[in-house]
Parts: sequence; C-alpha cells; structure tokens
Amino acid sequence: MSEGTIVAGALAPHPPHLVYAENPPQNEPVAECGWETLRWGYERMRRDLDALDYDVLVVLSPHWQTYIGTHFLGVPHFENKSVDPIFPNLFRYSYTLDVDVPLAEAICDEARADGLVTKMMRNPDFRVDYGTIVSCHLTRPAWDKPIVGISSCRSHAYYSTEVMQEQSMALGRATARAIQKSGKRAVLLASNSLSHRHFTTESEVPEDMSREHIYNHNQYLWDMRILQLIKQGRTQELLDIQPEFISQAITETDSGALTWMLSALGVPAIPGEVYAYGTVIGTGNAIVGWYPQGRSA
Amino acid sequence: MSVVIGGIVTGLPHPLLVPHQNEGWQRLRTGFDAFRDEIAAAKPDVLVVYSTMWPSVIGHQIQADPNPTWVHVDELFHDLGSIPYSFRIDADFARAWCEAAHARGLQARTIAYHGFPIDTGSVTALKLLNPDNAIPSVICSSNVYSDRAETLVLAKSMRDALEASGKRAAVIVVMSLSNRLFTDFIDPAEDRIHSDKDEEWNQKLLEFLGEGRLEDTAQLSREIQRQIRVRKVVNFKPLWWLSGAMGQHNRYDGRVHAYAPILGTGAAVVRLTPTDDGIGDKEYDEDDVDVFRGDRDVLSA
Repeated sequence: MSEGTIVAGALAPHPPHLVYAENPPQNEPVAECGWETLRWGYERMRRDLDALDYDVLVVLSPHWQTYIGTHFLGVPHFENKSVDPIFPNLFRYSYTLDVDVPLAEAICDEARADGLVTKMMRNPDFRVDYGTIVSCHLTRPAWDKPIVGISSCRSHAYYSTEVMQEQSMALGRATARAIQKSGKRAVLLASNSLSHRHFTTESEVPEDMSREHIYNHNQYLWDMRILQLIKQGRTQELLDIQPEFISQAITETDSGALTWMLSALGVPAIPGEVYAYGTVIGTGNAIVGWYPQGRSA
Repeated sequence: MSVVIGGIVTGLPHPLLVPHQNEGWQRLRTGFDAFRDEIAAAKPDVLVVYSTMWPSVIGHQIQADPNPTWVHVDELFHDLGSIPYSFRIDADFARAWCEAAHARGLQARTIAYHGFPIDTGSVTALKLLNPDNAIPSVICSSNVYSDRAETLVLAKSMRDALEASGKRAAVIVVMSLSNRLFTDFIDPAEDRIHSDKDEEWNQKLLEFLGEGRLEDTAQLSREIQRQIRVRKVVNFKPLWWLSGAMGQHNRYDGRVHAYAPILGTGAAVVRLTPTDDGIGDKEYDEDDVDVFRGDRDVLSA
C-alpha cells in the first residue's frame, strides 16, 4: 500500500445561510438568492478539489462541542435531519452520509498515543452537527465521499488559547500520521469563520443583501490582516497571531479547527488560495484552499 | 400570584440516564422526584423552562411546536444512551410571551419546526419533572450575547404574558452552579466538585437559596461568573431570569432537594416557593430595568 497523503486543506466555513441560498433538495426552506460572493467562492474551490481525486473529507467542526476530549464519528452511516438550533428558519436539512470509520479510529488512536483525550462516538441515533454538514455539503454536494467528523474540545474556553493551540497542533500531527498510514488521499476541512460577532436581529427577508455587512470595522481589519498572512504564505505567523486574533475579533478559530488543519499540513509556508471573503449576519467568512503538492497533485 | 413555584435544576443527563452509577447522581434523581411532586401539588397551568443549554443568537427563541417528538442524543455524553421524547407545549402561551417580549423592546421569535433539536437540559428537566406531560410546558433559549438588562426584561415579559393569561406557572431554570467539567474521563465513583473554590461558592449559593434569598443570589451573578464559571457566554444569567420571573425579592421558602457533583460541575435541585416571610429587601447595586432599548452603539458615537 502506498503512503496516504493530504492533498489539500481548506478553510470551509459553515454558515447555514449559504446552503439556504443555494436551495438544494435536501433543505426545506426556500431562498431567492443571497451571499453569492461566498457561494461562488465555494464553487471555485470545488472545481479545484474535484481535480485532485481524493478519497475522504476530514472535517473538524466548532459546532460539535465536547468539553471532555476530542470525539470522532464512529458509525458507518448516518441518515437523519439536521435543524440548526440558531437559524432553524434557514436550515432544516435531510442528510445521508457515510463515515470512514477505520480512518476515524486510526486518528483517534494516534491522538490518544500522543496524550490527547479521545473518544469514538458509537451511538447510531446521534445527529451530526450542522457545521459538519454545511461545510461538507458546500465542499462536495454530491455526498459521494465518506467523511471523518472530529469534534472541538473547547480547550480555549476551559484553559486558554495557548492550550487550544498546542492540543490542536498535536491533533493535526496525529491526523497526518494516520492518513499517511491509511494509504488514502484526504482533503481536510477547517469548518470555521474568521471574526465571529453576529448581529442579534435578522431582516424580514434573510437574504436581503442590502442589510449584510461586517459587524464592525475592527472585525474587518482583523480579517484582512489574517487574509494578508494567508495570501503571503506566512503560515507560522498566522498561527502565532491566533491568541490576539481570537481575543480581539471574537473569532471562531477558537475552536482549534484552523490550527488543526494547518498543523496536519505541516504548517506549509505556501500561499493559500483565497476563493472568497464575505460576511454572513455580521461574521467574517473566508474560503481558502492550501495545496501542498500543487493543484494538480 | 402568577408564579406559584420555581427552582433550579441541573441539565446534565446523568440523573435521567445513569443515576445508578454514582450515589450523588442518584441523590439528584431523588431530588428531581421530590421537586416533581411539589410542582404537581402546586397545580400550575404551565411549566416554563429557561435553559442555559439552548443558546440563541437572533434574540430569544421560544418553543411553540405543540408536540415536539424526537430521539435525542447528547453531543458529549452520547455513550449514556438515547433519549426519546414527546412533549406537550403550550403554543398559545409561547406566542403570547413572544408578543410580550416584543412589547418590551426585545427581539424574540417562536420556534415550531419538526426535528428542532431541543437541548439536553430542557429534555432532562421535562422528562424528570413532568414525565407524563400533565402540565403543558414552554421552553425559552438563552441568547449568547444578552446581559443582565436583556435577561431581566425577558423574564418580565414572561410575567406579562402570564398575568394577561391568568395562568399559574411553575418556572424552572436549567443551569449548573460551578460549571467546570473534568477534561478527562473519570470513574463515576470518583466524581467530586472540580476544586475547593468551586465547592465553597456552591455551598454559599445553596445557603442563600435555601434561605429563600433569590434576589440576593441574583445580585451576585457577576461575581459568580468571575469566580466559578467557565466563560462560554458573556455572563451568568439564569438567576437574573429566575428572579425577574418570580419576583425580585427574597420572600421565598427555599429547599435544597439535592446537591452533588456531575463530572466536576456543581449540580443541584432547588425549589423556591413565594411566601410572605423571608429576608427583607435590601439596597442593591444592580439597576432595575423594564424595557430593553438595545445596544447603545457606543463605538460609533
């Protein structure tokens, strides 16, 4: 068996608004349009990822929150309905998905061997969180690749950003080792926004784009600083600046998803391909791909 | 008297699913049972739940599906088992509360979607306190950005709806005292409160609540947040809500039915009943607020 490899890592945020605006048959609510900049960015990323011929999507979601350790989906097949607890008016999505349980178990074991607290999730009644579903749908709407679903253990809240960073780095290294041993070609998804302060009101027509903008200028400046580092390939700096970014811009990178993904890629000093940046109900969202072996690997 | 009984309960599922695994979890279960009987004896028309385990962003969400039915699995404690539920919701009261919230300046909406994920805390509370759905219930979310003024006004809007309806209510807050979980798996037999500091604060809060000093305890909320809460949200809000809902004073008969650790957190079942007696009103630092006027937009001034 040849060595497995991570063919791409992506910043793949999960606003349910993007699925809502796309009107896939799985989602009940119907939209007129909305958030095109981000949706078209996802379309461009899909085209690049499709050219890579990968076997599995590995996703870490901020919305599967497990304060005791990092958990992994451990049931081969899920079929259920996901209703967003925050935006149920926009996202009521019937999903059918397959899990690459052997790879999930391998990452779980590698992480445990490195001293992280881990657990497999074996309950067949479990509802997969909407962050995982939204990021996977927008990356691969055909749902024809198995996924590995990883939770966020929220060590930022329980300890500090620095502890979160260390744990996420270790989880990333464990993920890379498990993928290498598996012989599979994987795409990693960090399912998080950048700045993450929401408006607490919603317009009567949610997709009314005349109402959509960043929550405040501070958030925007921080998001632009982060995207500048990404575009310049200053990946280590991107990680080093996370404590300040998280503190100043209330970011969703506090979940550890971005740090995990970049660690698994080996903190590559290569520019990320920024497909799009846009806001969703005030939060800053970027769609970015990193291709360590190039886009035709 | 529109609120006839109230209290706090833990939202972690252990007393519901695995009380036999730990003596303290069994005591909590017994405490739930005793509180359940007291609620039934008070003959409320509606059971109102404010859950700190249901976060919302767009204002405040109020469950209004007349019969939400699902099989729930906790995202963290999935190995403890699945929880089938079918609840009876007072949709009319939910809508009335929502309108009353609007009237006091709040963003609020009712939620009635098949498959909406009712949170573990609300499911645990309703399964244990209202097992046969004898009392129609209503569940309200906790907005992640709201602070004291908004929370207090939300509670007052519930009272508005209650008084307009003429109904008698039991009001329940789903919350932990100290909320720091162990971050590794432990043998249930070895469960304990995470730290001595958490234990001391929990005991102080229970002492106050046992004496019926609800408003005194609510006034301590910001200090509680600083001392014993992992800061997942902007503040420790549930006692502000409970005090606003039951009445901002200390004239209650309090009873601590049970207190025990659940994986390091402080879990309790406490009942409060309005009474003419109690520890008198005091002068407080916290202002009283009747109408929410929104963010002050200080940054753009």
